[in-house]
Amino acid sequence: MTILIGIFEQGLIYAVMALGLYITYVILNLPDLTVDGSFPLGSAVCVALIVTGVNPVLSLIISFFAGVIAGIITGIIHVKLGIRDLISGIIVMTGLYTINLLIAGKSNVPIFEATTIFNNDLLKQLPESFKPYRVLLVLIPIVILCKITLNRYLHTKSGLLLRSVGDNQNLIITMAKDPGNMKILGLALANGLVALSGAILAQQQRFFEASQGTGTMVMGLASVIIGIRLFAKIKSMSFPMKVVLGSIIYKAIVAIAIALGLSANSLKLITAILLLIILLISEHGKKGKVQVQQYD
Amino acid sequence: MLELQNIMKCYNPGTVNENLIFQDFNLSIPSGQFMTIIGSNGSGKTSMLNLICGNIKPDRGQIIMDGENTTNMAEHVRYKRMGRVFQDPAAGTCPSMTLLENLSLADNKNKAWNLTKAVEKQRIDFYREKLKRVGLGLENKLDEVVGSFSGGERQAVALLMATITPIDYLILDEHTAALDPKAAETIMQLTAEIIQEQNLTTLMVTHNLNYALEYGDRLIMLHQGEILLDVCGQEKSKLKLNDLLNKFFEISIEVGNAI
Repeated sequence: MTILIGIFEQGLIYAVMALGLYITYVILNLPDLTVDGSFPLGSAVCVALIVTGVNPVLSLIISFFAGVIAGIITGIIHVKLGIRDLISGIIVMTGLYTINLLIAGKSNVPIFEATTIFNNDLLKQLPESFKPYRVLLVLIPIVILCKITLNRYLHTKSGLLLRSVGDNQNLIITMAKDPGNMKILGLALANGLVALSGAILAQQQRFFEASQGTGTMVMGLASVIIGIRLFAKIKSMSFPMKVVLGSIIYKAIVAIAIALGLSANSLKLITAILLLIILLISEHGKKGKVQVQQYD
Repeated sequence: MLELQNIMKCYNPGTVNENLIFQDFNLSIPSGQFMTIIGSNGSGKTSMLNLICGNIKPDRGQIIMDGENTTNMAEHVRYKRMGRVFQDPAAGTCPSMTLLENLSLADNKNKAWNLTKAVEKQRIDFYREKLKRVGLGLENKLDEVVGSFSGGERQAVALLMATITPIDYLILDEHTAALDPKAAETIMQLTAEIIQEQNLTTLMVTHNLNYALEYGDRLIMLHQGEILLDVCGQEKSKLKLNDLLNKFFEISIEVGNAI
């Protein structure tokens, strides 16, 4: 039972990040590596704020906007300065490592005693039997809110334009809009979600760690592809919902791998191999929109 | 009035691949004119359209649109008043979006891209009406993804999307070339109807000499960046297919190609 709760907790926290990756990888068809830096950025900002006594919910919102700024910087480097998307992401990701350390003060900052969204007076009033579920009780509304907001946004005029940028960039020019600006907007939104995810993780694990972001992109991409491929046939399910489920399933697979005796140290290797397998499978039965090979 | 004045354009200057497309090209198209453009490959047809649309910039000379110098204007800004349909039917639509979403996207051109609903329900009847006219049964496929459409269907959608908002100029870049004869015929007729209805200043590049003769009120033939033939009105309607073929034959011999 504890394992199951753990899977859902982790799956839901990382689902927020996967929603961000869905924007860049699937909608914009743009490989963005900024996420490996913006995930711990969210964590760093959130922990730094909480240490100084800022309200945990407010720190989540500020962390989101910190991610937005990181995304905008990647967008400007890529779109306005004409650097390739992959390289732009790597540049910002690398730079963020230092920025994160500056924000947090050091490479490991604990907030064990602090009030967080998972550890506050309101939750302490819960009956004893609810205690194991308190993280889920907080997480589920947050993830649902993110999912619904994103889905709603994608069906607005602005969202429609964003979707069309990844679909047919040249068409956007004939619609008298600059596709570059839409890419910046997409990167901003995506990294905002990724940072928010990092901030939620920091509050749940109660510490910031500089290397928290390593492998974020691979993990998120795996979740996105699992979700979209696995539920490809279910037309009535929205893509953000598929991504959220993908994230939970991904965490379940990792938990199974560990339960089967693989050490936690080999986690990154499992992740990498898992992504490779998923990509190979989805490339063979290719029908969906995920085109991961377009790394040009 | 669309004017191209003293245009010079050279690709890869100073290299072995140097390719002088236009040396001193001049052309003016009065408002409301429907001009067809023919010419062999490399004659500068597509380069001319790209210069007008802003896809490429001239090395010298200027482009004037109704008195406004657009030579250095960003590509997407020019499209506020222009529509373009490409040769590739996939180029004019978003494949992963539904027909309804595609039309809604095009319908919102020059309007605010805000957080209101992407699809405006009250516009659906208007879209249906437009689609019905095409005669391909597209009005029943509003919720289908455009990526599953045939080339002809897609091109019809692309044409509707390019002209659904009020524009002044329509640029057609061999837009029937990739279609089968029947689909090409449908698209061409629809094109002519729309152009007449909306009184669009049109530039149509085509390799189909019959279309070039049958449609439009002016025909120009390009060769090596120069206008070899420029006929309009009465004179154009007298022009025969053989005249054009002879002209092509002449230039072929001139450049040393045997047909």
